[in-house]
Amino acid sequence: MKTSAKKKTLKWNSLRELGILLAFIVVLVTLMILSPTAFAKPANLLNIVKQASINGILATGMMFVIISGGIDLSVGSIVALSGVIAASFAHPGEYPLIVPIVLSALAGLAAGVLNGVGVAYGNIPSFIVTLGSMTIIRGLALIYSKGQPIFGVTDEFEALASGFAFGSIPILVIYFLIITAISAFVLTKTVYGRRVYAVGGNEITAKVSGVSVKRIKIAVYSISGLLAGVAGLLLASRIVSGQPTSGQSYELDAIAAVIIGGVSMSGGSGKWYGTVIGALMIAVIGNGLDILNVSSHFQLLIKGSIIIVAVLLDVKGKRNQ
Amino acid sequence: MSEFLLEMRNIDKSFFQVKILDDINFDLLPGEVHALVGENGAGKSSLMKILMGIYSRDAGTILLDGEEVNFHTPREALSAGIAMIPQELNPILDMQVAEYLFIGREITHTNMGPVSIVDHKAQIEQAKNLFEDTGVDINPRHLMRNLSVAQIQLIEIIKAISLDSKVIIMDEPTSAITFKEVDTLFEQIRKLKTKGVGIIYISHKMEEISEIADRITVLRDGKWIGTDTAQNLSKEKIIKMMVGREIKEVYPKVKVELGDVALEVRDLLLKDKFQKISFSLRNGEVLGIAGLVGAGRSELVETIFGISKPEFGEVLVHGKPIKIQHPMVAIRNKIALITEDRSATGLNLKTTVEHNISFVQLSKLARFGFINNKLERKKVEQMVGKLRIKAFSLKSMVNSLSGGNQQKVVLAKWLLSEPEIIIMDEPTRGIDVGAKRDIYLLIGELAKAGKAVLMISSEIPELIGLCDRIITMAGGRLTGEIPRDRFSQEEIMHYASKFEVRE
Repeated sequence: MKTSAKKKTLKWNSLRELGILLAFIVVLVTLMILSPTAFAKPANLLNIVKQASINGILATGMMFVIISGGIDLSVGSIVALSGVIAASFAHPGEYPLIVPIVLSALAGLAAGVLNGVGVAYGNIPSFIVTLGSMTIIRGLALIYSKGQPIFGVTDEFEALASGFAFGSIPILVIYFLIITAISAFVLTKTVYGRRVYAVGGNEITAKVSGVSVKRIKIAVYSISGLLAGVAGLLLASRIVSGQPTSGQSYELDAIAAVIIGGVSMSGGSGKWYGTVIGALMIAVIGNGLDILNVSSHFQLLIKGSIIIVAVLLDVKGKRNQ
Repeated sequence: MSEFLLEMRNIDKSFFQVKILDDINFDLLPGEVHALVGENGAGKSSLMKILMGIYSRDAGTILLDGEEVNFHTPREALSAGIAMIPQELNPILDMQVAEYLFIGREITHTNMGPVSIVDHKAQIEQAKNLFEDTGVDINPRHLMRNLSVAQIQLIEIIKAISLDSKVIIMDEPTSAITFKEVDTLFEQIRKLKTKGVGIIYISHKMEEISEIADRITVLRDGKWIGTDTAQNLSKEKIIKMMVGREIKEVYPKVKVELGDVALEVRDLLLKDKFQKISFSLRNGEVLGIAGLVGAGRSELVETIFGISKPEFGEVLVHGKPIKIQHPMVAIRNKIALITEDRSATGLNLKTTVEHNISFVQLSKLARFGFINNKLERKKVEQMVGKLRIKAFSLKSMVNSLSGGNQQKVVLAKWLLSEPEIIIMDEPTRGIDVGAKRDIYLLIGELAKAGKAVLMISSEIPELIGLCDRIITMAGGRLTGEIPRDRFSQEEIMHYASKFEVRE
């Protein structure tokens, strides 16, 4: 009796992520069948992971924020700001490579800290705080670059995101793996991770249990900001320039990845590997539909439908529990 | 035609092959109060949900006025004359009382469906008439937000009356109201009886049941145990039927030598909540705080614990003043607070039993911020065993547990932090007799181990049974202090309702 009941609860708990994984495999296999030559090529599959990487890094930060019960709309703008800052310090013969790296990450971190302080101390809903900062930071990126793209970066800077490791694995994929591994560890194995879930699950209970909810909130927005800064740096390297208009609506793709991955919008639950699958799913669909010559206009319809279906599953899953 | 207003015959219901209702019979006469009692998980709520059409039944028939009925939604049940007043009231707070009363059946100027214009004046008039008929003094123009829990409950009852309900189900209607308001509620119930309305009354409180019920049905583990008139069933007999064994001593009081002062509160003040409260609590002592709802008791202990910041006064732990600014500080000083509302402030319902229990103590179960899962599991298992928490697995979601077991999870979470001073705010509210007894035993054990226990309860017999001393609060002021040898229901109520005290 006891063991069978145990199995049942275990099954229920992981069913959601299992469903996402199944959906992902179905999409993958379908595309492989439809396009056995172009889509299923190993080089293309690696390319998909590469395409998923920048969004995946943003989604990882977004996952922390959403699990804590908030949302961060400013990451797309942070990508642009850190990108133009990085590019402006990456001209040949000016600064060592470490300078643009550190400055762009710091810019993202600073934006994140400010978001966090606004949410935690201003007691303003995160949607509003980050909607405001999204606009402000976009403005800063345009002011900083005088509205113009910043070209003329060093080869080393370009190699940051376009290089390969271990022969043929794109370096972007390696960054994504490392960031995912660290955040998975933090979420599942540390006191801090447990507290992020607790704040999203029930903020008052967390406070009564002795958690500084404000500190946890500032930290999640800082993580999101920092990772958006890193994503901005990598994007600037990939497009070999700092573009003040880049990263538009990236926040929506990041949110989509997190939600497709089964993280509940109301906070307090969700698994790191769901987010990874969510980011891969978005990239697979984009890539596969491109190969199948589906127009980008129709791709929007498909992407949007998948988000709604994912949330439907979320709601259904909750009702079953 | 049958004499019964309502008959439920041979009701069966299973979830995942687990039978939660097994061949249940329940009936209701017109003008009768029929109490439905049983421990949490006995099947009372499930039976009512089947009646209201929220759950489907696997077998059995339901007859209303002798005719078979089959509701699929609560709306159908409502229009057939069955209304339910749930335990947790969820009114629309920003509506006027009159608007709320007529929601979904608004009185309109014209009849144009959804675009009809609401006749506000007529609604207010109608509401006034209804209130006059029932002798309730509520202004229909007030916002629901400004009503007390008891008033909201009355509004729900009036709503049921105005819908011509024949059967009204009341689920733990007194769990959040004061004893004076209980009188008003009972007055309304008696009025309903004279009109021939049948009332199904679910409660854990034996005193109330023997006062108001005509007949009592006891359920246990999804089975029908017995139905009899209230006169034939003594309190002891009901409890025996509910738990399947005899509980001799309802309140196990342990004699303990009192030690040094563990907690001292001096002139603590929070404007509009409580005024200059001073008291002290010794090691090994169980101190009760009695008072009506709204007396400021919860606010007082929440302030001691650092959830709210006081405007004046100080709190001393073992003679040393502590800085009240966050529960963190209280926890560091080995204080625990079992809050009143476990789902709102005691638990994280979105996670597992294990993660709830280990949460307060988590940093002690970790090194450099990394959780030692084995140690965590070991500590949690110890607590689950000690408090006899019934859960399928430690990985079960905490909201799958019964109320009593959820409350034990809250206790486990705080006991794991090895507190010296334990504050409990209504620790037995809405839980079954068995779990209550476990908590009473635990309080005794804590006192025996030299811990200081401060306990708020609205059930005076509970305070009389467990405490060494009781202080009373009314209207935010301390109104009395009663030693154990002078405990009596009358004395405590006298001080607890002493509103006129001024300094």
